[in-house]
Amino acid sequence: MPLSKRDLLPIRAETDIVMVRQAVRKACIEQGFSLVEQTKFVTAASEIARNTLEYGGGGEAALETHIEGVRKGVRIVFTDQGPGIADLEQAMRDGFTTGGGMGHGLGGAKRLVEHFEITSTPGVGTTVAIARWK
Amino acid sequence: MERIPILQMGQFLIVTIQVDMHDRLALTLQDDLTSRISATNAKGVLIDISALEIVDSFIGRMLANISGMARILDAQTVVTGMQPAVAITLVELGLSLPGIKTALNVERGMQLLRAALGDRQADPEQDDVDAPVEA
Repeated sequence: MPLSKRDLLPIRAETDIVMVRQAVRKACIEQGFSLVEQTKFVTAASEIARNTLEYGGGGEAALETHIEGVRKGVRIVFTDQGPGIADLEQAMRDGFTTGGGMGHGLGGAKRLVEHFEITSTPGVGTTVAIARWK
Repeated sequence: MERIPILQMGQFLIVTIQVDMHDRLALTLQDDLTSRISATNAKGVLIDISALEIVDSFIGRMLANISGMARILDAQTVVTGMQPAVAITLVELGLSLPGIKTALNVERGMQLLRAALGDRQADPEQDDVDAPVEA
């Protein structure tokens, strides 16, 4: 899919989560997403950005906008070099958390987006990619 | 330090969240509100989120915490003005905010708080004064 723009956003502090939300919102608006589509995608990005910070010890988000014919999309790839997730199935389950959250982060974020991919290697890090097409 | 202002109106505390909150700001609000409830003996808390463009699980948890802590401190909480897109997203995310009272706007939220208070004590002395001037 042709990439039209790619921005790297650091996730090193809580305020960076807000910056990610705002950058993602802007990209969604540029791609012509409806308000509900924007809200779902930004919320999913916020959940995953917080995971990157809290569990991954920080990392970055690559925010990409794509144009493929008449289709427009936004994709974000979150990467961290944290401890990784040993049991992905368990981590995706609602209500599961090893932190202080409600355990809706990953599973909830997956429900809010069209495409969700997660890969994680214990000791190496975690990568989560989400995408939505208009 | 950055803070979200808390206004007092009679027995109620009113907060309108106008900024995209980072996590610590949300936690500060939670702490500030519980201290103020206890210091002012407030019986109701109204949190207007009509300017919030997203509520993720962290902010949802903060709202649930405030509501729970307020209840223990003998105060009712109502969250007002949630945007429809935010409500749709919250439910899909898996957060239906059980135990949190909501109202469509500030006016209805105040009515809800007054009604809750009126049920407990039939003493509307302050209520009559400001009721007609609500936006």
